[in-house]
Amino acid sequence: MTFKPFEDGKPLEVSGTISSLDRRAFLKIGLVVTGAFAGGAVVSAVSAAEKVFPRGSFPEKYPYKPHYCMVIRVDRCIGCRRCVEACVAANAVPDYGWRTLVLEREEQAAIDQRREFIPVLCNQCNNPPCVRACPVRATYKDRKNGIVMMDNRKCIGCKICVAACPYDARYYNEEKGAIDKCDFCFESRLSRGAKSTACAVHCPADVRIFGDLSDPRDRVYRLIHQLQKPVWVLKKEAGARPNVFYMKG
Amino acid sequence: MKNSPLLDSLKAAGGRILSGGPVYLSGAILFALLFIAGSVTGIHSVYFEGSRHAYGTSREIPLAMLIATYSFFVVASTGLCLVSSIGHIFGVRAFQPIGKRAVLLSVITILSGFLVIGLELENPFRLAIYLFASPNFSSNIWWMGTLYACEVVLLIIEFIYLMLDRHRVSAVVGFFGILFGVAAISNLGGVFATLNGREFWYGPYLPIFFIASAVMMGCAAIIFFTVIAHRIRGAALDGPVARSLAAVGKLLLLMLAVVLFFTIWRMVSLTAGGTEKLMVLDALVSGPYAFNFWVMEIGLGIVLPFLLLLGSRGTRVGVMFLAVSLMILGAFFARLQMVVAGQIVPLYWDLGVLEFSRLHVYAPTWREVMVVLAGVGFCGAAFLLGEKIFTNFDGAGAGVAVNIGKVGGGEKVFASLDETEAGAAVNGGKVDGDEP
Repeated sequence: MTFKPFEDGKPLEVSGTISSLDRRAFLKIGLVVTGAFAGGAVVSAVSAAEKVFPRGSFPEKYPYKPHYCMVIRVDRCIGCRRCVEACVAANAVPDYGWRTLVLEREEQAAIDQRREFIPVLCNQCNNPPCVRACPVRATYKDRKNGIVMMDNRKCIGCKICVAACPYDARYYNEEKGAIDKCDFCFESRLSRGAKSTACAVHCPADVRIFGDLSDPRDRVYRLIHQLQKPVWVLKKEAGARPNVFYMKG
Repeated sequence: MKNSPLLDSLKAAGGRILSGGPVYLSGAILFALLFIAGSVTGIHSVYFEGSRHAYGTSREIPLAMLIATYSFFVVASTGLCLVSSIGHIFGVRAFQPIGKRAVLLSVITILSGFLVIGLELENPFRLAIYLFASPNFSSNIWWMGTLYACEVVLLIIEFIYLMLDRHRVSAVVGFFGILFGVAAISNLGGVFATLNGREFWYGPYLPIFFIASAVMMGCAAIIFFTVIAHRIRGAALDGPVARSLAAVGKLLLLMLAVVLFFTIWRMVSLTAGGTEKLMVLDALVSGPYAFNFWVMEIGLGIVLPFLLLLGSRGTRVGVMFLAVSLMILGAFFARLQMVVAGQIVPLYWDLGVLEFSRLHVYAPTWREVMVVLAGVGFCGAAFLLGEKIFTNFDGAGAGVAVNIGKVGGGEKVFASLDETEAGAAVNGGKVDGDEP
């Protein structure tokens, strides 16, 4: 059954005569509205919500089909950087650029483990600042799968998208004569029948999980639609509504 | 075969240029050489060497000196357009004598800006196609580019009608020129101001600041170039033109104060903006950018010119010229600071990771400096040539009916009397371009 929190018209008043079902419904509304799911990120995946508030339906819907996303279980990363190597090999990334990195943080004051690794890549944002900034639509949000794509022949090389990206995910590729960025391996793998990205496939610790957020049977869907473990996104305050989620465990 | 009037005019202009004297010719050749050398360097950098090697920009600081130079020129262009409009569109008499030169300089500075941005973009030819074939209406760069393209056309039409002394048509076209110019310059601010991921730029400040800054730059530029123009012509700076410069000087004083307040409050607001803004503030006031900030942007760019202008009382032209020269230099550094400071804090700074634990640094390469000089060279050479090609800049303001006069060796060109009071009717004046 589809959850329809606003169909009754006055959901807040319902909580006055509280039943356990009402409480759950109210809690769910609150979670959806404030974005408490995934540390404020699930709402970010529902870009349709910001345009037309589709009453009673949006918590279950995502704007793309498939709605590709990646979950990064950050505490599992061992810093082997096989993901980076796989990315370079799969996408012919030159030595002066990167599509994904594994960042390293040291906490000298920490007890036991003092080092942690944070993989970063293009967040395929639902509200991508790069797409907004590009004067000639050389970068665009794919209408079907939500990946932020490049149309190389249009790129004028102004680099405003590089400056606009809150995730440092873009660089100018001399060989392509255009900006290059992670496309979830769409060109090199997904469009050729592969089901996952090179970085996710080559990760020995199952850190990167790639999947379809719009499919309740998908692993990423199950990892994000739960309340036991916190899920967060990077630079939430930038308002870009990213589709790369971070969690532990 | 009989020569056409246009050919005659060009011959006459050529004659005036060649008889301009050694200083004038040396200057024109120097600027032309800078333009050529800078352009060749820029073309070689982008198309042969690759901007990654040739320019000091990087993935972390993709926008730097050339974007700042572009901003510098187009801000000056819009400012010149606005200052000229005060006289010949809105009818303030004191501003009328500087109107024609200001419009031509507005065209020259905007083209200088286009030259520099053309040597910065990786694929400028694609822009010419896809700006129209694949527009993105949510992009500030698209709006800025389109509005500036329209503005430059309007400015040229405005200038032609001004030179023909058809002031009503010129004023109507000029009015639309201002609308496009102000919209374009605020969109240039918007290019930076809408980047939510860049805290130093984000917010409504820059689009408004750029408009104020444009008026300031326009005032400074017209004083600067008018003084030089009179030296070239060997003419005394007095009468209506001197009174006009005094009026422009007063407006400049006001705008300097406005820009100073903008700058003060920008810096004060940074103290309350969180860690990353504090880091930018620290880098500007006591870090690696402190000299550029205190000495160039604030000292030479605002405070000293303000004091000098105040001391000049609008009459001591030499002091005013010094003030605006310093101010223009300072404004260049202000643009550079604004562009670079927005990118020095790493985007992943807040993660506390080793890779991004230091501020990014930017240092221009000599090739970038050469491209800047290409813009300066174009601007300087075009100004010097313009002073000889067009002989009736000073004096004729709105409402002046000027007939075609005999100039130099007897050839007909656009000409009017110098320093004619606005509103006067001048007919058949015999004018020599060098001795107005």
